[in-house]
Order: sequence, then structure tokens, then C-alpha cells
Amino acid sequence: MRLLTHNMLASNARGAVTGYPLKLQVVKWSTKEAEPNPEFLRGMLPKIDWPALVAATQALGLPELLPEAPPTDAELSAEGAAADEGSALRRLHRALLEIHIEEGALVCPDTDRCFPISRGVPNMLLHEDEVRN
Amino acid sequence: MKLKQLEGLLGDLQQFTAPKAENSFDDITGKVVADFGCGCGTLSVASSLLDAEHVVGIDIDPQSLELAQENAADLECKLLMVSSCQIALWKVVCLNQLSATTDMHYSVGLLVDSVVMNPPFGTSRKGADMEFISMGLKVATRAVYSLHKTSTREHIKKVALRNCNAISAEVLCELRYNLPRTYKFHKQNEVDIAVDFWRFVPRARDEVGHVMNLDLDCEFVIARKSISLSIGNVRGRPILMGCLAKGRPE
Repeated sequence: MRLLTHNMLASNARGAVTGYPLKLQVVKWSTKEAEPNPEFLRGMLPKIDWPALVAATQALGLPELLPEAPPTDAELSAEGAAADEGSALRRLHRALLEIHIEEGALVCPDTDRCFPISRGVPNMLLHEDEVRN
Repeated sequence: MKLKQLEGLLGDLQQFTAPKAENSFDDITGKVVADFGCGCGTLSVASSLLDAEHVVGIDIDPQSLELAQENAADLECKLLMVSSCQIALWKVVCLNQLSATTDMHYSVGLLVDSVVMNPPFGTSRKGADMEFISMGLKVATRAVYSLHKTSTREHIKKVALRNCNAISAEVLCELRYNLPRTYKFHKQNEVDIAVDFWRFVPRARDEVGHVMNLDLDCEFVIARKSISLSIGNVRGRPILMGCLAKGRPE
């Protein structure tokens, strides 16, 4: 599961207020390199919940990866950003698209209901009686 | 079901589907694509092969998803499968929220560009197909691609435009689909049916009063064998959450 998907998921467990963002517990994660796509990242940035993404990278033990505030469009558009490993663009690319959670869990922030991540697949299944009415 | 079998079952149809979509419009390549009820992942894989930037396949059945992952791995797709739910068990947060640390020039946007799906035809449970269309159109910002029986064409067009928030509903092509007996309620061993391949375009979000201004605590949950939509609220911002539960007929 990429952190981009983590950014899209919420818990629907009974008792959840927003169910978002899900707390990330990581047992195992991996990096799968992907080709940076600056245009895609610029388009995606405004849609991302930044604090949720930052919290996810911190849960991974990568507190240095992302700054507290999202990069500006100018930073992402900077010349050579795609080639420079330390650039804001590449960091965002790494955080959103290259990091994969293999094993771990997503935890509802309101109810602590735990959704396991197994072999890269988060299982958001709830029992019928657990679902928010 | 093994990949080969899957190919046999869905091959012609699906391989035809996605390239056609991509050749005509700019909805898949470089985009975020969600596959509702992805099953073995054919459309997810197709989207990925067309260089979608990020594909999320969603299904109720973990076993299907395992197979989908195998299929994806075989084709070296960077896919991600999310196993899903029976009722309103998981959500795609679509209208993402502005946050305190975010400058005001960041606009509220939707994460998913396009939705692809091969939903139930609504034969066994009436209206299931329209629920998929309706949700797809709420989740996607660009387009929804879907397959439906040709015999329901007029109905689908009418309901999509009138009730489901589509500004356009277009049949891109008609396919013949050989459907082998899969479920208990299927009465014949196989049926050859005419299927339409549709492209729906959702209304731009700011034009959609009822999505933006809906009572934010309101939530629809349609029970098993269906999809449902809910509107939620995170940190004072509306989020639209699609909950998928495509159950298998009993």
C-alpha cells in the first residue's frame, strides 16, 4: 500500500467521528522505485492531506523526509528537481509513490479499530455490527 | 481462477475496453484510477498497462484480490489492491480537506481522476448497476468507464443524466460478451449478450450543489450487495466517501 492510498482511506467503524487520518503501524515496508512524474505530483499536491502524509512518514521512521509545510508549486517546478534526489519533488515522489507498506496496520483514530495490512493489502472489512449507522 | 482462465473469460472484452478508452480520451495515462469491484483486477491491470500513475482496485473478496495481485505481478504492474468490505466498510476520501498548514491557494480537489468498472448488470438485484454509476460519478473527477447490458441503454442514459450527476453519457462501442454460468442464479450454461461500453462525464464539483452543500452528517448505507455513498466531514471540510460493497449473489 502506498502512502497515496493511505491518504484516501478512512475508517467507517461505529463510533468513528471522521475516521481520518488512519494511524499507521508499520511492521515491514519496502521501496519500489518509480519514475518521477512532475506534472502528476504538481496536480496531486493540492489534493493531498498534508498533515496525514507527514504523520505517515513519521510513523515509518522517516521524520526527515517531508517538511512540516507542503512544498510550493515553484519548488516542485524548479529546474532539475526531478533529477536531484534531495529536491522537494523527489521527496514528495518518494513519500507518495515509492514507499510501500507491506505488513502492518491502519488504526482508526477515533475507535482504535485496527485494519490489518497483509502482503501490501489493507483489509478494511468490518463486521456488520461494527459499521457506523 | 488462474490468469489464463481469466484471460479466456475476459480477455477480448477487457483488452478491447481500456485501449479504446485511452485512445480516445486522456483519462487514464498519468492519472489516479479506481477500479470498483475489481475482482481479478483485469481493468486495474489494463489501466496500469496504460501508464496510469496510481491504480486502486477495490473488491469485497480478498481471494480475488490475491489473484489480482498475482496477475498484476505477472505483468509487473505497480498496482495496489485494497480488499474491501461488506457494507460501508471502507471509504475513498475524495474531496480532500484543506488543512491549517496549507496555503489558501490550494483548492479542494478530488483524488481520483477516473473510475473504471465492470459492475453487476442489475439483473439479479435491480438497480445495482445504477448505484455503481452513481458512486463512480461522485468519486471521479474526469470520467467513469463502465460496461452495461445494451438492452438497458435508454434507461441508463436517462438515469445517469437525470439522477447521477453526469453531464454526458456516451456509448463508445457495443461488444458481444460471452458470459459463462458463474452464479447459482444463472439459469443457462452460457449466454451471449450485447454489452455497451460507456463513458460518463461527471458534472464539475462546484456546480453540484447537493454534493457540496449536503448535510454533512448524512450518510447512506445500503446493505449487502451494493455500493453506497456517504458524505463526511473532516476538520470542518467536506469529504466525499465512497463505500463499496459489491457482494456476490447468494
